[in-house]
Formats: sequence, structure tokens, C-alpha cells
Amino acid sequence: MGPSEERRTGFGKWEAQGVSRREFLRTCAIAAAAVGLPAWTVGEIAEAAAAKGRPPVIWLHFQECTGCSETLLRASHPAVSDLILDLVSLDYHETLLAAAGKQAEEALQAAVRKNAGKFVCVIEGSIPRAEVGSYCRVGGRTAVEIAKEIGGKAGAVIAIGSCASWGGIPSADPNPTDAVGAPRILEGKTVVCLPGCPPNPYNFLGTVLQYATYGTLPALDSLGRPSFAYARTIHEDCPRRPHFDAGRFVERFGDEGHRHGYCLYKTGCKGPRTHAPCSLQHFGEVVGAWPVGIGHPCFGCTEQSLAFRVPLHTTVEIDRPTPPDTFAPIHADHGGVSVAAVGVAGLAVGALIGAGAMASKKLGASKGEGEGKGEADKEAK
Amino acid sequence: MSPTRRSVLKGIASAATLAATGVPKALAAPPRRKTPPADAVGLLYDATRCIGCQACVVKCKEANGLPPDTGTPRGAMYDAPDDLNATTKNIIKLYKGEDGRTSFMKAQCMHCVDPACASVCMISALHKGPRGIVEWDPDKCVGCRYCMTACPFNVPKYEWQTAFPKIVKCEMCRHLVAKGGIPACVAACPREAVIFGGLEKLRADAKGRIAGEPKKYFPKVYGDTDGGGTQVLYLSAAGIPFGKLGLPDLGDEPVPLLTESLTHAVYQGFIAPVALYGILGFAVYRSWRSQRLGEGGEK
Repeated sequence: MGPSEERRTGFGKWEAQGVSRREFLRTCAIAAAAVGLPAWTVGEIAEAAAAKGRPPVIWLHFQECTGCSETLLRASHPAVSDLILDLVSLDYHETLLAAAGKQAEEALQAAVRKNAGKFVCVIEGSIPRAEVGSYCRVGGRTAVEIAKEIGGKAGAVIAIGSCASWGGIPSADPNPTDAVGAPRILEGKTVVCLPGCPPNPYNFLGTVLQYATYGTLPALDSLGRPSFAYARTIHEDCPRRPHFDAGRFVERFGDEGHRHGYCLYKTGCKGPRTHAPCSLQHFGEVVGAWPVGIGHPCFGCTEQSLAFRVPLHTTVEIDRPTPPDTFAPIHADHGGVSVAAVGVAGLAVGALIGAGAMASKKLGASKGEGEGKGEADKEAK
Repeated sequence: MSPTRRSVLKGIASAATLAATGVPKALAAPPRRKTPPADAVGLLYDATRCIGCQACVVKCKEANGLPPDTGTPRGAMYDAPDDLNATTKNIIKLYKGEDGRTSFMKAQCMHCVDPACASVCMISALHKGPRGIVEWDPDKCVGCRYCMTACPFNVPKYEWQTAFPKIVKCEMCRHLVAKGGIPACVAACPREAVIFGGLEKLRADAKGRIAGEPKKYFPKVYGDTDGGGTQVLYLSAAGIPFGKLGLPDLGDEPVPLLTESLTHAVYQGFIAPVALYGILGFAVYRSWRSQRLGEGGEK
């Protein structure tokens, strides 16, 4: 492989764009850590991303606000946002596509043909089923048709955002368009759901890079969400958790506690029931850039049972299925009395009883003697 | 005649007999029942709502100026008391059943309607204060610790490690309640597992919860009548009787009735003490006299 070729496929390409090897590896490391892959895989991911060619991604938009795309583009660190788009080959993305109309449709068909069975299909937005799916049409075809066709040919399907995962805001009561998430349309196919409004871009990047490097998908929970990101609740890793444990709550917005950064539970924080990594991986690489970080209760955006259903300031139940053993028991064991201690106490009591018995015996005896020499006793006293 | 073992024992026995004969009369007296004052306040703890966050434990210490508990036997946990103690007036305990079921349990003073601690307290250092709160007066307490033995819930604790020890027990944050506030544990609770209010309202609330969700709750409000009634009421989950949570089965009779029938009877009209000392005095006089007579005879 000559140096010119390396320039095209290896790190040289990024170097030409002003991205250092260090920065490139850093991004790969964050992505690997997000997916929960061990540190030694960073090299492999970087190699795959640099040498094997970028994983082709076809991005479909349905009923949504494009916020999920924005979260990918609006990373605060410009080089990283470039890298996110450079690590993957975004072959079709309506918002970012230069082409329009017929050209755009052709680009989509060409990309699908070229990478059939290999590409990653990303679905953003919910899919309406009411009125034969007429509420969302792209190029004359309904969202249901497009999702079934493209999703069916994809190597992997990722539903990005809450809308694509379970319906999101379009599915809020009364759900006039009968909007559902991609898993309900592509039944029988594994759909990796990355709910969130918006989801953290690193969860997306990590999932795509794992697929590109190893051809596998991360372990998923019962709702199709990668366990590396959605296994724990916001509450479990919340930086405000010590305030919760100490009973320091924000009672109303702007109060003393709010200004001191106390726990937001009483103002309706859904953190205790919301599975998402927000409390660990903040948005846009800005420390503190997430709802609780800026003083607003968690809204529960990843949870179908909470977001757009439970009012913003209503508190939620808190699960703690198996309490730890650190609680005080009902009957505390304050230590019993040892056998030796009982023995010593017994000896002491026995000695006292014995001494008492002897004393009373002497009393009786002295009475007998006293008959004779009472006078002497009296003088002695 | 000088005092013989025989005469001393005889005197004690006769005094005891007299004291004992006074008891049945008192037992026959109609049992007195105390009722909470009309403005009585209380707590209602619903174990099904408690999440075990222990915020109440921390807030209680803060409100009452108690230091954290660092010397507990349960390892390196910071401020994790294993029971009520001299620095812990309120604690969350955990019941773990053999069937795997768990329940939290909040322990603090029960604020009995007729408290045993106040009954045995010789100078009313412990007494029923305004709104039925069982208060402790440090200026009166002599440190006899009768209250600790008398309390059926094992609540009053003693500062064993200080030179001038005090009795430590929950006083329902009376310093806050007097100013129109609410107890710190209630203010801290994020799930309203423990609430504060008028006793009768809480009683109705507790019974209403059981009636509303009979499958969720154990069908009894602990403290409604137990031990003559307490001003702290408890609700437990279905299938977890209160005994498992460490609340003793006391029956409906007030606890002090048991001891007062005896202790108060002994001192009724001061007859028994007068009689006892009369007998003792007589015995002393008799021996003194017989000894003098004996001396006189010798001379």
C-alpha cells in the first residue's frame, strides 16, 4: 500500500482535513466506551473506520422534528461532529442531501442497490398508520411502504429517537395519525431502538461502529434498547443523587434549594423510572448539558410510559426491587452475653450469697455467746 | 431479746402480706382510659409507599442537631445506625422475609396516648405535652432510665458515653410544630410515605386507604387501639403482619395499666408504706425494749 493510497483510506485522510490522529482515536475511544467495548477494541474500531471503508448509512425521515439529526450535527466540538459524519458514510439523509426531488430518490435507490444487505438503515420519526398511512408520504409513497422496503433490505435497522422507537410525541394522546415506532412496522426484524428526545449521538455512533467493525449488534433489552446505554436509570447515576439521599429537595423553581442544585424529584423529575445514560454522558460534550444539569427535572423522554403521557411536574413511583443489606434490621443484634461473662457474674453473685450466709450464721452464733458476755460486746461497740 | 434472723424475716413477711392484700382491691377498680386531646397530632407511616431512601433519617438528625453515627458495627458505612440510639431518633429498618418479600419500617417514638415511659417517670420528666406529643424535660430527668425499661417499643435511648447523659427520643420535632411547622422526617419524605396531621384525620385516612385497596394492605391500622392507642399510626403491605416489622402485639389495654395497678395500689392512701414502717418500728422498739430489760435483769 503506497503512501498515496494510505492518504485516501487511512488516517491520512483525516489529517488532510486538519484532524489529528489523536483526536480521531479519542472519538473512537468515546464511541467504544459508550457501547461498553473494552479499551483494546479502540484500535480495531479505528482501523475498521479508517481502512475498511465507512459503514454505509441510509437515513429515513418520517414524522419527526429532525432533532435527532441535529444532535449529531450540533456537537460543540467541530472536529467531532465532522468525525461523526465522516466515520459513517451517510449515503442518504434528506436534511443533508444536496440533491432534491427525483435525484434524491435515485440516490436512495442507488445506495440501497449498492449496499443491499450491508447498509445500516436509520429511521428517524414515527410512522403513521391511520388513513392507509397518508399522513406521511415521501415521493408519493407512504412511510409504512418506505420503512418496510428499505428496512427489509438493510443489514441492521436502528430506530433513532423516541418517535422511531415507540411513537414519541406524534403518538401522544389522542394520537390522530395512529403513529407507531419502527419496531411495530418491521415486526420480526431486529430493530435497535435508541429512544431519547433527542438521544445521545454517542449511543448511535457506538452502535454503528460496532456493527461496522464486528458485524454484530449490541446486547438489547426487552424493549430493543442497547443495554450499554439503557440498562440503568438516570436516578442511579444522577450527580444530584446525594441530595436525594439526604432529603434535600427543590420544592419550587427558583427557591433556595433550586439555587443550590438540590434534587429535582419533587418538581416532577422522572429520573427514577427513566432508563438512559444522560447522567453519565452529557450532550454535545458539554459538561452539565442535560436537563437535570441545567436545573430542570428529567422529562422521561426515553420512556414510552412517561414522556408525553405523565404530566411534567407529576412525581413518579420509585422502584427499588431488592434493597441492599445496608439497612438496619428489624431487630438489631447488639451482641449477646458471653458464657465467660455469665460465669464471672455467677461467681460474684455466689460469693455474695455465701458471704451473706456466713454473716447471718455469725449473727446467730454471736447471739449465743452474747448471753454470756453481752457487757464485753457493748464496750467493743 | 436482740433481733434474731427469725424476727427480722417475720417482720418482712408480715409487711409483704399486708402490701399484697392491698392489690386485689386496686385491680377491681374500673380501668381508666386516657383519650388523646382534641388537637392531638400524629404521624401516619405507610410501609407500602416507603422507598427506603432514608432521607428522613438524615433530615431528623439535621433538625434535632444530632451528629452522624460513625461507630456502628455494620462496617464502613457512614452514618448507618443499626437501631435507634443516642444519636438516632428516627430510623428506617428493613424486613426481609423468608419468601423474599421485603418491607421498610420507620421506627421512632410512637407517642402513645397513655405512654408507659411517662407512667413510670417518677417526676414527670417524660410527660404528655401540648397536642399529645410525649415530651422529655431535661431539667427534671434524674437519669433513672425507668422509661427505657418501660417502653414496649424500646424507644428511649441513653447517652451512655457522655458525662452528663440525656435521654434521647423523638419528640415529633415539637420545636418545629410549635412554630406551625411539620416534623423534619415528613418534610423530607419524597413519597409521602410518612405524613403529619391531626390524629383523627390520619386515622380516617389510614382506614380509607385499607378500604380503598384491600388487596394492597394488611387489614389493620397499627396504633389505632394497640397498647391503648398511639399517635403514630402504621400501615403494612398485605401478608406482612406488624409483628414482622417489630411492632409488638400489645392488646388494646394501655400498657401502663399493667404496672400502675400494682405500683399505684401499693401506695394507695399511703396505707401500705405506713403499715410497713409501723411494723418495722414496732419490731425495732420490741427488740430495743427486750434488750434493755435483759440488761436491767443482769444488773
